[in-house]
Amino acid sequence: MFQKREVVLKGKDWVMIWLYAAIVCIGLVCIFSVEYKANDDFFRSLFEFKKNYSKQFLFLGICVVLATFILLTDSKFFTATPNLLYIIGILLMMATFVLGKNVNGSKSWIPLGFMNLQPVETCKIFTALALAKYLARNDTDFTKTRSQLIAAGICFLPIVFSILQNETGLALVYFSFLLPMYREGFPPGYLVAGASLGVLLVITLLFPPTSLIIALSVIALLCAFFMKRKIKRNKGILLIIVGLWLMASLFVGVAVPFLFKHVFQKYQADRIFSMVGRDNPFEDESTVKVTSADVKKAKKEKENYNVKQSKIAIGSGGLLGKGFLKGTQTQGDFVPEQHTDFIFTSVGENFGFVGCTILMLLYFGMLFRIVYIAERQRSTFTRVYAYSVAAIIFFHIAINICMTIGLAPVIGITLPLMSYGGSSLITFTILIFILIKLDSDRQMILR
Amino acid sequence: MSVFNQSRKNVIRLIFIALFLIIVIRLFTLQVITTKYKILADDQGIFRKVVYPDRGIVFDRKHRAILQNTTIYDLMVVPSKIKGTDTTTLCNILEIDTAEFRKRILTAIIKNKAYRPSIFEALLSQEKMAKLNENMFKFAPGYFLQERPVRDYPFDAGGNILGYLSEVDTNFLKNHPDEGYQSGDYAGKTGIERTYEKVLMGQRGIEFYKRDNKNRLTDRLEHGMYDTAAIAGQNMFTSLDIELQALGEKLMENKLGSIVAVDPKTGGILCMVSSPTFHPKLLTGADRKKHIAELLLNPALPLLNRSVMATYSPGSTFKTLQALIGLHEGVINTEFRVSCGGAFYGCGSGKPMKCLDKGTFNLRSAITVSDNTYFATVMQKVIENKAYPSQDSSLAKWDQYMYNFGLGHKLGVDVPSEKKGNIPTPQFFDKVYGKGKWNYCNFRSVSIGQGEVDVTPMQVANEMAYIANKGWYIIPHLVDSIEGGDKFGLLTKYKDKHGNIDIPDSVFEAVHDGMEGVVDHGTGVGAKVPGIVICGKTGTVENYFRGEKQPNHSFFCGFAPRDNPKIAIMCVVENSGKFGGTFAAPITGLMIEKYLNDSIAGKERKDRVEKLSQMNLIPPRIYAAVRTQDSLMHRKDSAYLMAKGYIKLMKDTLGIEEEDAKDDLEKLDTSKRLNNNLPPMPAGNDTGFIKQDAINPADRKKPSVKDSVNNDNK
Repeated sequence: MFQKREVVLKGKDWVMIWLYAAIVCIGLVCIFSVEYKANDDFFRSLFEFKKNYSKQFLFLGICVVLATFILLTDSKFFTATPNLLYIIGILLMMATFVLGKNVNGSKSWIPLGFMNLQPVETCKIFTALALAKYLARNDTDFTKTRSQLIAAGICFLPIVFSILQNETGLALVYFSFLLPMYREGFPPGYLVAGASLGVLLVITLLFPPTSLIIALSVIALLCAFFMKRKIKRNKGILLIIVGLWLMASLFVGVAVPFLFKHVFQKYQADRIFSMVGRDNPFEDESTVKVTSADVKKAKKEKENYNVKQSKIAIGSGGLLGKGFLKGTQTQGDFVPEQHTDFIFTSVGENFGFVGCTILMLLYFGMLFRIVYIAERQRSTFTRVYAYSVAAIIFFHIAINICMTIGLAPVIGITLPLMSYGGSSLITFTILIFILIKLDSDRQMILR
Repeated sequence: MSVFNQSRKNVIRLIFIALFLIIVIRLFTLQVITTKYKILADDQGIFRKVVYPDRGIVFDRKHRAILQNTTIYDLMVVPSKIKGTDTTTLCNILEIDTAEFRKRILTAIIKNKAYRPSIFEALLSQEKMAKLNENMFKFAPGYFLQERPVRDYPFDAGGNILGYLSEVDTNFLKNHPDEGYQSGDYAGKTGIERTYEKVLMGQRGIEFYKRDNKNRLTDRLEHGMYDTAAIAGQNMFTSLDIELQALGEKLMENKLGSIVAVDPKTGGILCMVSSPTFHPKLLTGADRKKHIAELLLNPALPLLNRSVMATYSPGSTFKTLQALIGLHEGVINTEFRVSCGGAFYGCGSGKPMKCLDKGTFNLRSAITVSDNTYFATVMQKVIENKAYPSQDSSLAKWDQYMYNFGLGHKLGVDVPSEKKGNIPTPQFFDKVYGKGKWNYCNFRSVSIGQGEVDVTPMQVANEMAYIANKGWYIIPHLVDSIEGGDKFGLLTKYKDKHGNIDIPDSVFEAVHDGMEGVVDHGTGVGAKVPGIVICGKTGTVENYFRGEKQPNHSFFCGFAPRDNPKIAIMCVVENSGKFGGTFAAPITGLMIEKYLNDSIAGKERKDRVEKLSQMNLIPPRIYAAVRTQDSLMHRKDSAYLMAKGYIKLMKDTLGIEEEDAKDDLEKLDTSKRLNNNLPPMPAGNDTGFIKQDAINPADRKKPSVKDSVNNDNK
C-alpha cells in the first residue's frame, strides 16, 4: 500500500495538484452558494445527488478516480495512442448527429445515463495529444508550410463538426491551438494577419461596408502616394498594396456579410452585434418586415439581460463581498445560468474584488506553472501538449470572465474546473493530470 | 528546433499578464469604483417594507371601543402585466368606462412606471370588493388587492371629536421633520386623532426582505438583522359616554348648535355634540374625497366643531358669574335686593334694559327669573366700586375674575382649534370709545351676557363645573388615561385644579339655590327630570349676522344632581327663536336623565326625544344659501369659486391645513345637485329676504356697540 502510494505520487508536480484542488473546491463552494436556499439540509442533499452541487461532488469523485488511473498509466501510452484517440474523438463527434440529444438548441450531447457526454469537450484532449504527437515527429519540419497546414488541419477539423452541431462557442476554443503552434515556430505573420483580420472584422461590425470600402480605398491611395519612390524602384510593392486593398474590400463587402448571413446562427450574430451595441444589420429582409420594432427591442433586451445581471451581481460585491451565502443577487436567482457559464458572478458577489483577485491569481498561477513545466521538458511532445493545455485553459478563462464582466459577447464557454458540468470538469481534469503524468516522466525520452 | 523559439515563451507570458491585468482592472472599476451596481442590486434584490403599526384604539368611559381599526382594500395595478386581462369585466365591476380606464393606467405609468404597482382604485367599497374578490383570478397577475388598515367608528358618532385621518401634505412634512413621516402617510387631521397623533400613531417599523428574479419575497435579509419592529399605537381611555354622545347628536338633528357635558369632579368631557355633524365613516372608506367636498360645501358647516370653535354671547347664563363676583367683592350680600319697575334705570335716561317680571328680587329669585335689572345693578356696583381708583382698574379686576372662571382664554381642551372667546378689557373699550371716554353705562349689556362678551359652549360648560364644584375646575379633556403611560406628558395639565379664589360655600349655596329655582319654577322648567335635582340657567341670546338681526339663540346650562354634581352641561340651539327654556332646556334635561339614570324613562319622555329630534330649527338663511348654491352650480366656474370660498372659510375657522381640499375641488361633480341632507323647509317661513351664502359663527357682525343694549333677556 505504502509502496503504491509512492508510485502514484512520486515526482509529481505538487504545485499543480494543489492549484487544481484549490480551484475545484472554490468551484464546489460557489455552485453550492448558487443553489443553496435557506433551510436546505446540506448533508442529506449532498449524498442524494439530486442537487447540482452534490452531482458536481460526484463528478469530482469520478475525477479523482480518473486522475489516479492516469497517474498509474505508463506515459508511453499517451505518446503511443494519440492518433487513434483523435480518430475516436472525431468519430464520437460524428456520432452525435445520430445519437445526439438536443440541449438548448445544440445537438452536441451524447446521453450516457448518469451524465451527458459532450464530445466537443473531450475531443480537446485528443486534439492536444494529436497535435503534440504530430509536432514531435522526427520527420516533421514545422518551418515548412505543408507541416503547418497539416498541424492546422488537425486543430481545426473539430471546428467543422462543432459548427455543424450549433456549438460555435466551443468551436472557437480550438483556435487556442494557435498558441502552442506559435511557440513551436508557426510564423507570427499569420497571427498578425489573423489579428488584423480580427480588427477589420470589428470595424466591419461597427461601420457600414460601403463607407468602409471608400475608407480603405483612400488609405490604399495614400499609401501608394507616399511610397511613390519605392514603387518606382520595385513594382511589386504596388502589387502588394493593390492586393491587400482588394482582399480587405472583399472581406468587408462579401465575406463578413456572408459569414453573418449563412455561417453564424441568427442568435450568435445578434450577440456579436449587441456586444458592439448595434442591431444586426445582416438580418434577412423578410424577417425584419415581420418583426416589429418592439419585438426586436425586447429580444435585444433579453440578450443583454444576462450580461446586465451578471455585471450587477459582480459589481454589487464591492471590495470584500457580501459574504458566503449572503449575496442577494445569487440567492435571488437574478443571474441566469449562474451555476454553469456565470459561476464567476457568485465569486464576485460573495467574495468581492479581493476574492476575485485571489481566484485570478490562482488561475494565472496555474497558467504560469504550466508554461514553467512546458519549458523544463526535454521532449517536444510534452512541451507542445503543455502549451496546448495552457492555451485551452487561457482561452476559456479569457472568454468566460470577459463575458461576465461585459468585455466579450455571451458565448457558452465554461470556466475551467469551476462551472457545473461533468464534461467540462472531467475534460480539464484529464488534460491537467495527463500533463502532470508526462511531467513526472520528463527524464524519460518521449516521442 | 525548440531552441530557436525560446524567446516566444516570454511573448506568451506577456499575453497572459496582459489579460490578467485587463480583468483585474475591469473588476476594480466594476466592484470598487462604480457604485451604480450596488444600487441596482439593492433595488432588485432587497425589498424595503414599511410596517405600519396599528393605530391606538380609543375607548369610551365604559370601555367600549369608539375608534378602532379595520381593513379595506386598494386595487393595485402593474401596467406592464395587464396584457390579456379582461378589461371589460373589470370596468363593469368598477363602474367605469374604457376612457376612464385608459386614463387611470396612463396616470399610473406616468406616476410610477409601468412595472411598479400603482393604486388603480383606492379604498374599494364593500360591494365592489365582493364582486372583485370573486373575479380576481381573471385579473391576475396585472391586478391585485392590497390591504390597507383604516379607522373604524363602531358607533358612527362623535365625528367632530374623534376626527379623521388624511394624507400628510408638504406643509405637514415640513412642520414635523424627524418624526418618521413620509409622503403618502396618514396623520390625524382633526379631533383627538390630531391632538394625540403622537400617542396613537405608534412607531413605524421597517423590514428588509430578499427578493428573487420573479419579484417574490423569499426570505428576511440577514434573518431580520437590520429590521426595526413596529410598535403599535397606545390605546386611550376617554371620559366620553358614547351613548350620551349619540343621544345628543340625535336630539340636535335638524338644528344648528352644540351640547357639551363635563364631569365636574374630573374635568372629563362626557359628550361634545356639534350639530350638524357628519358620519365619520364617510371619511374613511371609498369616496372619501367626494364626501369631504360635500361637507366642505355645506353652508351649515358640519366640519366645524361648534363646541370649541364657535363663540356666542353667553346671554343670561352669564348672570351666575356676575353674582359670584358681586358677592366675593362684597358689593352685595345674599340678601341684597333690587326691585325692577319694568327696566334698569341705573344709567339714567337712554334706552332702558327691560325686565319681564316686575317686582323685588334677592339673589336667589333674581337668578330664578333671570332679572336683568338685578345683575345690571350688581355689575354697576362692581365697576363703580370706590375701592378701586378708576373704572379701568375695577374692570380689570372684573376681567381677572372672568379669566379665573375659564373665560376669555383658551381652556386647553384636548380637541384642536379651540377658540378663546372674548372678555372685554379696558384696552378694548379704550380702542372703541377713546381713552377715558367710557363708563359702565357704555357696556352695561355685558352684565347680562350680551354685547362684547364671547364664549364657547365648552367654556360655559366648564363655568358650570366651576359653580358645581364650588370654586374650582379641572381643564375639560377627553382622554383620561393612556394605556402604557403618558409618555409625552400630554395629560399632566389635566390633573390640577384651577380657579380657586376662596369664595365661601355659602355664596355658592345661594347661587345654587337660585339655579335650582330656575328648573323648579323659573325660566327653565323644561329641563325638569323627575327624581333629580337640577341646577340650571337659561339664556336667550340676541344675535346678528352681517348687521341683520337673526332669531335668538336658545341657551341652557346647568349641573346635576345638586348635592353631588356628576354632570355639568351646556346646550345651545342656534337661531331657534323664542326663549332659552324653549328648546335648550328640555334637551339638557333629557341628556342629564340619560347620563344619571342611564336611560330615558317612560313613554312620554321617549316621545319627547323623538319630537325634539324631528323638530326642524335650521334657520332660513341656510336654506337660502343652499338655494343660491344650487342656482350657481349651473355654472361650473362659479361653483368652483364658491367652493374655494368655503374652503377658505374652513381653513380660517379650523386653523388647519386643508390642502387636500384642493384635490377635492377638482373632483367635484358640479353637474349634480349637492346633497346637504337638509330636511324640507318648514312651512310658513319667509326665506327670500336673505341672500348670504353661509354663516361662520366666529365671523358674526354685530350692530355698533352703542346700540347693543337689548331687552329680551330671560
